[in-house]
Amino acid sequence: MNSNSLWSDAFYRLRRNKAAMFGGFILILLIVVAILAPWIAPYSYSYQDLNLGASPPSSEHFLGTDVLGRDLLSRILYGARISLLVGFVATAVALIIGVSWGIVAGYAGGRVDSIMMRIVDVLYGLPFIIFIILLMVIFGRNLWLLFGAIGAVEWLTMARIVRGQVIGLKNQEFVLAAKAMGVSNFSMFRRHLLPNILGPIAVYATLTIPQVMLLEGFLSFLGLGIQPPMSSWGTLIKDGVESMEEYSWLLIYPGITFTITLFALNFFGDGLRDALDPKTSDN
Amino acid sequence: MLAIFFKRILLAIPVLFAVATITFFLIKIAPGGPFDADRAVSPQVLKNLNEAYNLNASNWQQYVDYMSGLLRGDLGPSFRFPGRSVSEMIATGLPVTFELAFYAILIALVMGVFSGVLAALKRNTFLDFIPMSIAMIGICVPTFLMGPLLVLIFGINLEVLPVSGWGQLPGDKILPSLTLGFAYAAYIARLSRGGMLEVLNQDFIRTARAKGLTERMVVVKHAMQGGLIPVVSFLGPAIAGLLAGSFVVETIFQIPGLGRFYVEAAFNRDYTMILGTTIFFSAMIVFFNLMSDLASLWLNPRSRDAS
Amino acid sequence: MLKKLSITLIFFILIAGCSGSDNSPVDSGLEKGIFHFGNGSEPQGIDPHVVTGVPEHHILISLCEGLTIANPDGGPNLPGVAESWTISNDGKEYIFYLNKNAKWSNGEVMTADDFVWSWMRILTASLGSQYPDMLYYLEGAEEYHTGKITDFNEVGIKAIDDHTLKVNLKSPTPFFLGLLSHYSTWPVHKETVLKHGSIDDRTGEWTRPGNFVCNGPFQLKTWELNNKIVVEKNPHYWDAETVKLNEMHFYPVSNVMTEDRMFRAGQLHLTSTLPSQKCPIYIEENNPDLRIDPYMGQYFYRLNINNPYLKDVKVRKALAYSINRKLLVERVTRCGQIPAYSFTPPGSNGYYPDTELPFNPELAKQLMAEAGYSESNPFPKLEILFNTNEDHRKIALAIQQMWQENLGIQVELVNQDWKVYLSREMVGDFQVSRAGWIGDYEDPNTFLDLMRPNRGNNKTGWEDLEYDFVMQKANSTNNQEERYELLMEAERILIKNMPIIPLYTYVRAYQLSPDVKGYKPHILDHHHPKFIYLERD
Repeated sequence: MNSNSLWSDAFYRLRRNKAAMFGGFILILLIVVAILAPWIAPYSYSYQDLNLGASPPSSEHFLGTDVLGRDLLSRILYGARISLLVGFVATAVALIIGVSWGIVAGYAGGRVDSIMMRIVDVLYGLPFIIFIILLMVIFGRNLWLLFGAIGAVEWLTMARIVRGQVIGLKNQEFVLAAKAMGVSNFSMFRRHLLPNILGPIAVYATLTIPQVMLLEGFLSFLGLGIQPPMSSWGTLIKDGVESMEEYSWLLIYPGITFTITLFALNFFGDGLRDALDPKTSDN
Repeated sequence: MLAIFFKRILLAIPVLFAVATITFFLIKIAPGGPFDADRAVSPQVLKNLNEAYNLNASNWQQYVDYMSGLLRGDLGPSFRFPGRSVSEMIATGLPVTFELAFYAILIALVMGVFSGVLAALKRNTFLDFIPMSIAMIGICVPTFLMGPLLVLIFGINLEVLPVSGWGQLPGDKILPSLTLGFAYAAYIARLSRGGMLEVLNQDFIRTARAKGLTERMVVVKHAMQGGLIPVVSFLGPAIAGLLAGSFVVETIFQIPGLGRFYVEAAFNRDYTMILGTTIFFSAMIVFFNLMSDLASLWLNPRSRDAS
Repeated sequence: MLKKLSITLIFFILIAGCSGSDNSPVDSGLEKGIFHFGNGSEPQGIDPHVVTGVPEHHILISLCEGLTIANPDGGPNLPGVAESWTISNDGKEYIFYLNKNAKWSNGEVMTADDFVWSWMRILTASLGSQYPDMLYYLEGAEEYHTGKITDFNEVGIKAIDDHTLKVNLKSPTPFFLGLLSHYSTWPVHKETVLKHGSIDDRTGEWTRPGNFVCNGPFQLKTWELNNKIVVEKNPHYWDAETVKLNEMHFYPVSNVMTEDRMFRAGQLHLTSTLPSQKCPIYIEENNPDLRIDPYMGQYFYRLNINNPYLKDVKVRKALAYSINRKLLVERVTRCGQIPAYSFTPPGSNGYYPDTELPFNPELAKQLMAEAGYSESNPFPKLEILFNTNEDHRKIALAIQQMWQENLGIQVELVNQDWKVYLSREMVGDFQVSRAGWIGDYEDPNTFLDLMRPNRGNNKTGWEDLEYDFVMQKANSTNNQEERYELLMEAERILIKNMPIIPLYTYVRAYQLSPDVKGYKPHILDHHHPKFIYLERD
């Protein structure tokens, strides 16, 4: 089999999966909306109408306003930019580091594995908040730092999961056979190991994205990441929770947006997983 | 297996040493000291305070002093709470956090594994979609929302459960355990479904089925062993994360656990407390990661044979 | 395995669920005389000479007592351990006559020497107390604390006999009696302290339940870290008859939302504060449990005088004049706060500053133009530093918009972790920084003294010799009228120079169960627990 047909097969399978295509469609829509936010948002994300204050949805403000009288719809639209970016980039950072680390450790085994995983243990142990405060103080705040900070934390669990999978795979017949045939390490990773662990990776990645988006809300609150008056879904939800009894719409609408995104992501991720699974073809 | 266990326990020593060293210097670089306060004290008073806590010595000297104390099992006095030692504070918070984490993990495992395995077996039916949708919502709903939500429903509106506390009023342990458990149940459900699907396609399952074993035997004896490996590797960090991350739940429910000490110490720059709790949590992480590694080893017949 | 686990789980839920809650702590508290007190955060400790902070105050006021106590109706302090006192004509010598019934919680009689020893302890440098300056008004106290003299006999406190105490001050200090309701001036039991450590031991275990001895209306019963502190009625207290509560339970609830829910579920009689978004709602609903009391605290912005752009007083005035304080309190803070036009909250002990701070965007713009800024030469981007907190953020956002709209300048918000914020303020690494100050005693001096040169809490870099001179003059006179006149003069100098921008005067907003009686509004938030009792109407 050559890799071309593997990918085109996968794409074919993906296109036949209605749920996945629907999820993909929603995701693309969200990304388009995020890019176009400055043009389609009815108001500025920062303009305060203090005399209006928190008002429920109305014809003026479709999703209502927050306590400072800012239009919620506009804030959600602008927030999509930050949240989608953080969600995808930070997760990608975590994935790249975590997967490569896990594959190498798991496949190499022995002393290399032991040292690599002990490094993971050490990083797990360091106090996260001190780490964040230091990052802010040393580098100031910017969005890329936020991606780095989140990615740096999230990759650890990824690495552990991947390593566990690889250890399970490496004594299986097809891997041993490939090894006997003198397949190089790199193509072993790419051709034989990676495709077989895509399932758990895809699942864990879809689990990581929402976590990352919420973590961004917390870090922004601490001062790392976006600065007020900019909005993100994480900060909107965080604010919404605090006034959920008084101004429920401030939690409901960002919450719905967030949930829809995650469902879309999830359908798409599952579809991708099925499509890429080398075993589904002969099912 | 025993040999691996002891080897890894030995390897924990350099890990903890590295964590302690890095943390020690990280908190020294972090701006702000334990005695900075809104009402700034005079330089004279600050000098006296630093004197009292050995903070006027060079960083290197402090490091050596701290490490030699650590070797004797002395974690030092808390800076934030004069008259309390760090070991004493860990000892008070620990049992509470352990208990909370235990209930939460129990809830998460039962709910997560059950619905995940079921969903994988009944793939693309309602028994798949419904639990998985609930799990997705469980992942969307962060603990800082789930906690207050449960409290408002059961504590304030229905008035059937206390809104806070731990072992103070009857039934006050239910809501925090559920809140913390839900979050992890959702993850476990997703992971176990994914893992099970992976395994159910494999040859040895088909062989087992072909041999005429009952479906139940196939699932419990064969599929779950391999299918739950991702869950097991997740459990190690999850338990450790649960201990350290119980902060949110402990704060929402006013529970006197270690998570609050851990996070508040960082904000207070309570140096010894940060170090003590960090080292302690690292030990927990190492331990639970080791446990989960051993468990995956045991669940995975191939790597078991190989070792 | 699965089955077993689920059975265990169901079992656990059933056991816990069946018992249910029939009687809330507030209900049972009424019967048993237990006051459930929401206390903000875990106290650092209960050694009055070592700790700082408000939660510590709430516990200490029930455990220990100074020479005088705060008057629940406002006004001059009431007798505490001292049953009476005389003040010399020059206002510098105080003679305190101690109550002969005043006893420690172990039954020992209190003596004047106890106070001498206690004040010596707080002035002992190696103890590292953070409040020694509360006693710097005594002759020789500062010198003793800083090591210039080593003989405590030279400090202005003497025991004339067992029950008479003489205190000599450096200069007339009309608020000295008020200082005595601050816990740093309260006594500690010498034998107990020394049994568990030396005089300068911060970490001695004398403050543990079972060891702790003090002289307040209550005594320490149990102390569960981060959970609760229980104090029970002290039978040896000299005024034990007045004390009606049997126990007080202090809960360190640091999450204000949790505290609000605990109150609503009947787990607390009193909350330490209110979630800020709840306040306007409770006002609207006429919530009978809501209390909004006056409070001697001011919310303001510090301006860094050493910043090249903020050096210009015209810029500082322009910033101050373009803030709509009325809008800020009515639409942003929304909890009965009062717009502030002076540094000292008006009305503190009869002091009413006459400074004015107009909201005048036109004038502000004109001042900016006079300072040389225009569209072709725009004012550089301004940063507002604040510590991570929802309320500070909202206020900063509103002010950001006011400055942007009224002055046309760019404003950026910088929020930092509390300790980072403090250290940046300390080294002057900021342009504009949010600040708050709560009075330590009921006198304008607790505010105005802050802005004198070389004061650690000035932090703005503003040093004005005229201001210092007027303050010094005010502190050396014994005539209250003349003194207030001088302080008002200082206030005018301050507002003219605008190193700080006053925003609003704080209020104490909290929830109190209708069962609680005798908990009266107090401008310093001092509530002596002997006046509090529980009764249902």
